[in-house]
Amino acid sequence: MTSPFRTSTGGRIDRATTVEFTFDGQTLRGHPGDTLASALLANGRHQIATSIKLGRPRGIAAAWAEDPGGLVQIEEPFPEPMLLATTVELHEGLAAHGLPGQGRLADVPDSARYDAVHHHVDVLVVGAGPAGLAAALTAARAGARVALVDEQSEAGGSLLSGTERLDDAPALQWVAAAVAELAGLPEVLHLQRTTAFGSYDDGFVLALERRTDHLGAAAPKHVSRQRVWRIRARSIVVATGAHERPVVFADNDRPGIMLAGAARTFLHRYGVLPGREAVVFTTNDSAYDAALDLHRAGVHVQAVVDARPEGSPRRAECERAGIRVLSGAVVTGTRGAERITHALVAPFADGEVGAGSAITCDLLLVSGGWNPAVHLFSQARGRLRYDAALGAFLPGEELDGLAVAGSAAGVPDLAGCLTDGQRVARATLAGPPAADDRLPTAPESAVPTPPLVLWRVPDTSGADGSTSFVDLQRDATVADIARAIGAGLRSIEHVKRYTTIGTAHDQGKTSGVLTSGITAELLAIPVQDTGTTTFRPPYTPVAFAALAGRDRGRLFDPERVTALHEWHVAAGAVFEDVGQWKRPRHYPRPGEDMEAAVLRECAAARTGVGILDGSTLGKIDVQGPDAAVLLDRLYTNLMSSLKVGSVRYGVMCGVDGMVIDDGTVLRLAEDRFLVLTTTGGAAKVLDWMEEWVQTEWPDLRVHCTSVTEQWCTFPVVGPRSRDVVGAVFPQVDVSAEAFPFMTWRDTTLDGVPVRLARISFSGELAFEVYVNPWYAVAVWQRLLDAGRPYGITPYGTETMHVLRAEKGYPIIGQDTDGTVTPHDLGMAWAVSKKKPDFVGKRSFARPANQDPLRKHLVGLLPVDRQTVLPEGSQIVEFRTDGRLPPPPVPMLGHVTSSYRSAELARPFALALVKGGRERIGETVHVPVDGTLVPVEVTGPVLVDPEGARRDG
Amino acid sequence: MQLIACPWCGPREEVEFHYGGQAHVPYPDSPAELSDEEWAHYVFFRDNPKGRFAERWNHSAGCRRWFNAIRDTATYRFERVYRLDDPKPGVTELARSREEGTAP
Amino acid sequence: MAELLRTSPLDAWTDALERLPDTVRIAVEPYVAMVDVRLGTVGAAASAALGVDLPTAPGTWVPAGTGRAVWLGPDEWLLSSTTETPEELEARVRAAVLPLGGSATDVSAQRIGLRLTGARVRDVLAKGCSIDLHPRVFGRGSSAQTTLGQAGVVLLALFDAADDVVVLVRSSFAGYLADWLLDAALEFTTTPTHDR
Ligand SMILES: [Zn+2]
Repeated sequence: MTSPFRTSTGGRIDRATTVEFTFDGQTLRGHPGDTLASALLANGRHQIATSIKLGRPRGIAAAWAEDPGGLVQIEEPFPEPMLLATTVELHEGLAAHGLPGQGRLADVPDSARYDAVHHHVDVLVVGAGPAGLAAALTAARAGARVALVDEQSEAGGSLLSGTERLDDAPALQWVAAAVAELAGLPEVLHLQRTTAFGSYDDGFVLALERRTDHLGAAAPKHVSRQRVWRIRARSIVVATGAHERPVVFADNDRPGIMLAGAARTFLHRYGVLPGREAVVFTTNDSAYDAALDLHRAGVHVQAVVDARPEGSPRRAECERAGIRVLSGAVVTGTRGAERITHALVAPFADGEVGAGSAITCDLLLVSGGWNPAVHLFSQARGRLRYDAALGAFLPGEELDGLAVAGSAAGVPDLAGCLTDGQRVARATLAGPPAADDRLPTAPESAVPTPPLVLWRVPDTSGADGSTSFVDLQRDATVADIARAIGAGLRSIEHVKRYTTIGTAHDQGKTSGVLTSGITAELLAIPVQDTGTTTFRPPYTPVAFAALAGRDRGRLFDPERVTALHEWHVAAGAVFEDVGQWKRPRHYPRPGEDMEAAVLRECAAARTGVGILDGSTLGKIDVQGPDAAVLLDRLYTNLMSSLKVGSVRYGVMCGVDGMVIDDGTVLRLAEDRFLVLTTTGGAAKVLDWMEEWVQTEWPDLRVHCTSVTEQWCTFPVVGPRSRDVVGAVFPQVDVSAEAFPFMTWRDTTLDGVPVRLARISFSGELAFEVYVNPWYAVAVWQRLLDAGRPYGITPYGTETMHVLRAEKGYPIIGQDTDGTVTPHDLGMAWAVSKKKPDFVGKRSFARPANQDPLRKHLVGLLPVDRQTVLPEGSQIVEFRTDGRLPPPPVPMLGHVTSSYRSAELARPFALALVKGGRERIGETVHVPVDGTLVPVEVTGPVLVDPEGARRDG
Repeated sequence: MQLIACPWCGPREEVEFHYGGQAHVPYPDSPAELSDEEWAHYVFFRDNPKGRFAERWNHSAGCRRWFNAIRDTATYRFERVYRLDDPKPGVTELARSREEGTAP
Repeated sequence: MAELLRTSPLDAWTDALERLPDTVRIAVEPYVAMVDVRLGTVGAAASAALGVDLPTAPGTWVPAGTGRAVWLGPDEWLLSSTTETPEELEARVRAAVLPLGGSATDVSAQRIGLRLTGARVRDVLAKGCSIDLHPRVFGRGSSAQTTLGQAGVVLLALFDAADDVVVLVRSSFAGYLADWLLDAALEFTTTPTHDR
């Protein structure tokens, strides 16, 4: 069955192949090369949906991305909302329906792939119409690295929509030759179906390539569906053409009303007649092509209505064809329900509309002139200038590295566009153009009659502009603009936000300049003074999935793992994210929940022996004669007095005196230290050291190098740890006398260097084992084997946290928040009084840091011995009368860490509490689930306060 | 995505860099001798001009070197990058480098 | 003396990497000794002590004996050796540069090398690397510290055609980067077997 509105010949469609699709549940046919819109029009279907606010029928009003009307929801092959029927390429099995403004997101995962590619060129040409092709050829022929991107399915731009000739042959022959020539040059990247949607700093342009959308279900699964090209260009040529602009009149929104140029596109590119009986309403010469072409194709053109009193020199051509031309006339309104049935035409002179009559039609073509597509120029912060003769905004200045060519720069004719493209491209070249840089010959074009700038036809319908639509998608009218101005708004940006004009999917491609013009008219000021709203990327909508590209699922955020990761997985570890690291949180046995697993792991470490993968700890090698000087300046305590072979705990503060990290320091040699940082602080502390060394103390003879991943670290923890470590490393005397707390020893295991350190983050007797990660699995296994007689228990970060919290060891970043000094943590002992200065010292003397009501780190014991206080809970206190103070209830502080303790057989917490150390022994309250839980304030160290176990 | 010219690695995307605030704010020689107010000025107070501003930058995802830059805070344009041991460029020198096209 | 078993962070990726087509081959480089060298001034003394002229042009590397010397910064290099143990390399280099005010740190396990060869290598890298890898810009002897996907890397160009590149990555990011590379190379496989 042939579609009733398909021409018998012509167009760029593959007539030999038929594809079946469904729209609003109806099965229809089209051809490869169709868009959904052209296929619907070929089937006589103009209406797509009803409008979002007013429920008025709306149809296809343009042929590409500027269409304000034809929004569809795709159902098959994959649900996707808010696409334009004019930009969806038809394929077998496409299923869609019309959308009144709002779509529905898919409720199934998107199985398509998306990616991004970086590309560097000398010249990026945007738009493969006449100007863009000429520019790309000129640059490529001269040997430049060139990218040519164009949003359509094939090159040619406006030439696809007409019957122009070049070199005395159909212009598309020249297009094909140009494309073939570019394809033969190795340094040219030519992409169709690729929309440059944003231009940014330093020649950076983002473009979206729709790689497989047009293939439908046949799209290969391993190829990305869409790709974001991140193009860095030394020069950019913007050859994006122009958008036709409508004229606003009453009831200008009915299906069957479309831009004149769009009708030409549907005819010539898709072989579709958009109607049988047409009226053409224009303010310029360009719509005469549409009238004559449609007439030749068999459409009955009832009349050309030209608002200019003198009409056009092409009037005679029309009249020879039997087309009536009414000059000095306008369309004042329309009739019809789901499709236009009549155009109301009236004489028009000096802004006054005379008495009109109705002309029957099923198609009303409108042309109010052309708006150059200056988006990319404007996004690059190019200033626009209003051209009163064209009624359009044009590039108003020269930009470094970005030039506009062809009709995007307001060039009106084909020959001009070709030479403009070549001229602009030549200006980007470092050397002379190629000898064979030839342009095709375009026929002379007639001198056009100047267009009339007409934004709107006065509303004679009595509706006062409330049916004169400026933005069809937003149902926004001339009356709305008048209301905005009546409300006192003057800035076009404010009018936009008040009326919502230009905020829909099309971002005002047809309505933006109209709004500027109508606003200027209503305010009686020049259009230049109104200006335009700011052009912002993206030029057309871009799916979030495309922007996310490859960065989703497992690749959303890198997962850093230690050398033991596979072992942890096999051991059934439950992992926790610590920054980008995946760390085992606990190792549940069958039937255990986290609480049970952690109680078991804690008990093992306190009574037997446990082992932790602590490899994520930050490690920095600090070398040089002034290494000790640097550490003395950066740590609050003295590091230069540390003996080789020994270890010292240290705290680091910012210049404001607030703790930024803590950890232990091993002195490896007189001129060499190994600095250990928290897992989260590894990069930060190295950067901190580098910053001071490079920017403040370049004369210090010291170098800092990250060795975080050079050493795996396994704390072996618990009363039996000495037995285990002694068994694995028999060359080391692990006795308390020979290897005391806070010392380290080097040894080897089967020839592999191993470092042991008596460091304890648990309060237990503990040895940290350091080894090159190449051998991590082997050494870990040796420790497990040696520990089997003692029930060695691998434990995770949760147990590590409980053990350290029981000892009152803070985690920087959990128990602190950048407002906590060492003194607040009860660590005055770690602050040197001997050193004349170190980073942060001066701030300790600031009055704010002397306040006795500063928050201190304390312990909390819920009196009911049951409640595990939620971390982050606020702490309040009762008045002497046993009641809460009236709201707002003063907050004393908050819970920073909270766990159930196996050792204490009750829950406990750490908290920052105002004047906390003075409150030890008091009872305060913590709101939990609507009740106030009484808690006793204690010192932060709840287990082995004397440190006998640790030192053992 | 702006490009920033590392004095060593050349132009790289801005995401490879970390900002380090105002340049040429040296650590005081003797903090203990400063008044609380003077110390607070060092710790907390920085200029916030519209226009040219001398800043510190670090090529954190590349060579990890710190360097200084003169940047226009209104246009974001980098007018000059210079090494830490280079003196702060004067206004006339900046104007000259602009004319000669040697500004990055 | 029993040898301690050595493992690689990419052991689990061996099969997936082997299935890649000739246009994008990815091989995990064998473990080698690597040392981070810091030295304020390079000259005849440094060359004599180290046995290699450390490259002073940013973004370059040179062969150094059986290994490579990679520029990491104006006073920093990555020196590798395939014939020495990590301890031997650190000791030798440290002894050589200490008198010159330099330092040397064993970083053999900090990074792992992936060697990418094939006609599509540049296309794969361009999916996640913002610097220009055109052979005219990034030819043999070029190096770059930058970001590939979301991982910090050092890229080394082994040949002019940009079809032979070594990617050095922090060991903890190796799995992520291997996954990323497999994903990026997927479209160049004719019979895709790796999918997420
Ligand atoms: Zn750099």
